[in-house]
Amino acid sequence: MLVDREQIIEALWETLYMTGVSFGFSLLIGFPLGILLVVTRKGHLLENEPVFNVLNAVVNVFRSIPFIILLVAIIPLTRLIVGTSIGTTAAIVPLVFYAGPYIARLIENSLLEVDNGVVEAAKAMGATPGQIVFRFLIPEARSSLVLVMTIAIIGLIGASAMAGAVGGGGLGDLAITYGYQRFDTGVMILTVAILVVLVQGVQTGGNVLSKKLRRS
Amino acid sequence: MIQFEGVTKTYKSGKREVHALNGIDLTVGTGEIYGVIGFSGAGKSSLIRTVNLLERPSAGTVKIHGRDISALSPKEIRAARKDIGMIFQHFNLLTSKTVFTNIAMPLILSKTPKAEIRTRVTELLEFVGLADQADKYPEQLSGGQKQRIGIARALATNPSVLLCDEATSALDPQTTQSILDLLREVNRKYKITILLITHEMAVIREVCDKVAVLEDGQVIEQGTVFDVFSNPQHATTRRFVRSVMNDELPEKLLKQIRNTDRQQPIYRIQFTGESVAYPLISQLSRRYDLELNVLFGNITELQGIPYGNLIVEFSGNPAEIQRALLEIRNSPVLAEELNSYAS
Repeated sequence: MLVDREQIIEALWETLYMTGVSFGFSLLIGFPLGILLVVTRKGHLLENEPVFNVLNAVVNVFRSIPFIILLVAIIPLTRLIVGTSIGTTAAIVPLVFYAGPYIARLIENSLLEVDNGVVEAAKAMGATPGQIVFRFLIPEARSSLVLVMTIAIIGLIGASAMAGAVGGGGLGDLAITYGYQRFDTGVMILTVAILVVLVQGVQTGGNVLSKKLRRS
Repeated sequence: MIQFEGVTKTYKSGKREVHALNGIDLTVGTGEIYGVIGFSGAGKSSLIRTVNLLERPSAGTVKIHGRDISALSPKEIRAARKDIGMIFQHFNLLTSKTVFTNIAMPLILSKTPKAEIRTRVTELLEFVGLADQADKYPEQLSGGQKQRIGIARALATNPSVLLCDEATSALDPQTTQSILDLLREVNRKYKITILLITHEMAVIREVCDKVAVLEDGQVIEQGTVFDVFSNPQHATTRRFVRSVMNDELPEKLLKQIRNTDRQQPIYRIQFTGESVAYPLISQLSRRYDLELNVLFGNITELQGIPYGNLIVEFSGNPAEIQRALLEIRNSPVLAEELNSYAS
């Protein structure tokens, strides 16, 4: 193999760093956006057609752009935010633009699954819209929210590997530079194996937590 | 007191307008248990939801204790809702919270101090008979127990009005009975006015003081449960009454009578209250030269008042029959000719 242990550990760390930090920022954007997509829709708590239509369109636009294009397209913005367009930290910007709207959709779907009767009961007891969202909708959806966040994290692990292609580092970078371009099958198999273990781990963790939170 | 004045609710579905409620006038007196019955689609669900503005009337007003609720600001509406408890057909409990927290929820929303919440919830758990289930989750309990949680939750803020939206429709007959008993106790112990909607006439007979029959968004009949059950005016009401009170001749017997040449008058005789003990039939047959053939009879209790119902064929001399009928009219018993049965 053309790489040593240290390189692999560093790449794994970079992948975890990219995934973790971009998941944090994506959540910061996606969570409020997802809630807004729910409450501003027709017949809901804070029905507001213009707001809903704009948010809905924005989310759809970002969800339509293939990640590899997004990666390149927002280079100027990336440079503006982190000062460079190359490297692990620079890869986080497109990852957030990719995962934020995705998470918004996932959260929207989760919250919409909550029985409307619960919302009705909440209103009937005089809850404010804020209380309905945070004391009723989110707690009732928490098991499903954990599952969709699992999906989002796995999606980010995959996307972060692609970010490697533009010099973002991480396991994907290792697989492309050594495994693909230098025909080192060993590196290729090893990186893929690590990614498989990573995804399995996240999925299992998500399933266990979700089951623990599910009371029905 | 809840007053509906010309309450109308119109939905737009595409270009069509659907009138769910069409000028409802109804007054629910303080401390009453008022039942609204109707087939599905009659508008009962919309009607009950106008009381706490889960649905806003398109026209007309709903006043609670004389105050027009739809004229209030959102904040005032939320405050008013804390005075109006509501329970639901499918309970609408939080599956992610314990029984205790479910009942405490309205108090948590009002930022009630913890110690106070504990006292109140413990008291309510005791009242609905779930004191030993506080730390369970709703999914671990039966339907009847879930509705008890719903009732306790609705009572948490000490409301003066309780709305029951088909509260027993998802329960078996035995559980329904126990929930209705509990509702009656809520009404008596806490002096809470109850407005309930249902499609089951048995529920109305069991707990209500007054009843309104709803059809196509309109009240077609209303009155005390006793009056409406003993003397239904509208065909739909009669259908509902018949669903719980069998007071018609069996079809087979009816055919038999039609097939004979007998042209004897048939009367429905209604005994209510004290007249139930009145030995009318034996007196009449002794005093006049008549054969009194009881074709059908039953006796039930409505709101604690006994109510009897006999269908009797009179045979004998027409003049004697007339005299007998005159005596009935002068007695506390009601008689109504059912000649259509024989013709």
